[in-house]
Amino acid sequence: MPDAAPPPPAAHPPPRDDWAAIEADPAFRELVAAKRRFIVPATVFFIVYYFALPVLVGYFPGVMDNDVVGNVNLAYLFALSQFFMAWAVMWLYVRRARKFDAIERRIVERYGQGGEG
Amino acid sequence: MNTSLLMFLVFIAITLAITGWASRRTRTTAEFYSAGRTITGFQNGWAVAGDYMSAASFLGIAGLIAFYGYDGFMYSVGWLVAYLTVLLLVAEPLRNTGKFTMADVLAFRLRSPAVRSVAAVSTLTVSLFYMIAQMVGAGSLVSLLIPGIGFNTAIVMVGVLMLVYVIFGGMLATTWVQIVKAVLLMSGTILLSVLVMSRFGFSLGAFFDAVAGVQGSFCAAGTPQAGVCPDGTAAVVRDFTQPGLYYHGKYGALGLVSLGVALIFGTAGLPHILVRFYTVPSAQAARTSVVWAMILIGSFYVMTTFLGFGAATLVGKANIGVVRDGAVTPNQNLAAPLLAQEVGGEIFLSFVAAIAFATILAVVAGLTIASSSAFAHDVWFSVVKKGVEDEREQVLVARIAAGVIGALAIGLAISLRTLNVAFLVGLAFAVAASANVPAILLTLYWRRFNTTGMVTGMVVGLVSSVVLIILSPAVMGVDAPGAAVRHLIQAEPLFPLDNPALVSAPLGFLAAVVGSLLTRDPAAEEAYSELNVRANTGLGAV
Repeated sequence: MPDAAPPPPAAHPPPRDDWAAIEADPAFRELVAAKRRFIVPATVFFIVYYFALPVLVGYFPGVMDNDVVGNVNLAYLFALSQFFMAWAVMWLYVRRARKFDAIERRIVERYGQGGEG
Repeated sequence: MNTSLLMFLVFIAITLAITGWASRRTRTTAEFYSAGRTITGFQNGWAVAGDYMSAASFLGIAGLIAFYGYDGFMYSVGWLVAYLTVLLLVAEPLRNTGKFTMADVLAFRLRSPAVRSVAAVSTLTVSLFYMIAQMVGAGSLVSLLIPGIGFNTAIVMVGVLMLVYVIFGGMLATTWVQIVKAVLLMSGTILLSVLVMSRFGFSLGAFFDAVAGVQGSFCAAGTPQAGVCPDGTAAVVRDFTQPGLYYHGKYGALGLVSLGVALIFGTAGLPHILVRFYTVPSAQAARTSVVWAMILIGSFYVMTTFLGFGAATLVGKANIGVVRDGAVTPNQNLAAPLLAQEVGGEIFLSFVAAIAFATILAVVAGLTIASSSAFAHDVWFSVVKKGVEDEREQVLVARIAAGVIGALAIGLAISLRTLNVAFLVGLAFAVAASANVPAILLTLYWRRFNTTGMVTGMVVGLVSSVVLIILSPAVMGVDAPGAAVRHLIQAEPLFPLDNPALVSAPLGFLAAVVGSLLTRDPAAEEAYSELNVRANTGLGAV
């Protein structure tokens, strides 16, 4: 009796069809633009800063050998600076992301009801 | 009773108690795969850090620095900076759009079963290589520290324990085992660093003076014997603060850059790290987990300076290894344990060995759950059952898959026991960077990306990284007659770099772009709107 079987549980809610409309919403475009303004330069910066290390150490070991304080050389200090660079970019991103979250809340408030939960 | 054994047993008892507790809370698929999304960002940060600080980090980096000085530190740097890729580009959109596995994000707008199958193959490849590396490490460690337990017994022991965690406790047990282990590893590393520095009167200047007093040498070709190269010229001598003892010669600099590509892009494609972001309730919590993970991982990797250089100065390269009949067989993986013995005696050695053992167990469990989810959710549920949901059956399949994968890893680890551990982890990172990362980034950020592009990109990335590794000096090489056989293929290497990522990652990326441009898939492009909105806002996230 296939027609007596209960309908399968709604594992996936019915898809909403207004995704393109949300995408065109000024608030959403503001969110994407705000993210892009931070993430693109930050990504380019950390990649350039990081690859400067293997390139300098690999191709100019003589320069990197120079001691700065006692027996601590430029190569080690530059490598160590990568840790602080990573933490600094992380901190800046977290600070900026609060702004993203605020715009996001506005969009979710407007579109969160109805459609897909 | 052997103190190492005692400490191992204490750790095992604690983790089994966690597993027992977790098993009562693990019934549905969301509970098995993602701990019911109940982990907080702070807890998950510890778990991500625990998953990441594997045997390769704790034993491997300490060993590399102890043997090659500065060059070993390059791993530490790359492995932290890698998290910027995860933080800025992957963690939050992944959490917003996926459910259980890495393939969820890829299959989001590319609904072909081919996508899930290829992604599952890639997940299994990466995880299995990673897992074998950990288990081979566990085998050598346990058999060394607990006399009477052989290599194979140790591997079977590790395998069976991690299967118990995964099969009975699912992601909840795996996460808490990971957190306990991360706390142990951090405290052990801090203690070890303090004890090392106490030997130098807590003066960084004195410490680095000692490091600069340790020297190593290398030749353009072959290994130096008493300062003379095989071709009769004098070997190049460097002290341990100077770069070049590991990466030198014609392809040295390029090798460093290639390693960098694998490290900083590979992390964002490691399935067992990515699935951790599904255990938290929201994208904001995913962000918090990356932040805590970066604080923990960064502090740990800074301390590898004390571990590695400490072993180089206080233990000495010549003494790091297994002593049999008065002769030392070098073994890099023992640098950290032997340093512990030197600065803290037998009890501290046992403690550090127990931490290393806990590390391996926890990481192997994390890898097993990622790969069994990939099989059960991506292959079984989505491809075989065509998306017809049966939670109980899927959890059962995931448990069986974990058993099969565990058995496979045990078997492979025993048969590949002579293989270089670092090479296996390197392969895992190279495959992740070449096959997984281009597909993940392109599907999130490029509307024109489609199924053809994803399949060609993943296949090209996977095949090129594996083939180039086989042709590289890690597998091919001519060992001196009479010396220990270190290469699987006794011939001159056809590809000069240890790590293929510099070539294979751009190849994978290019193939994904070209494959997309050659075909058109209006449905995938249309569905990008949904992906874009959900990735950025969390609307409709589970």
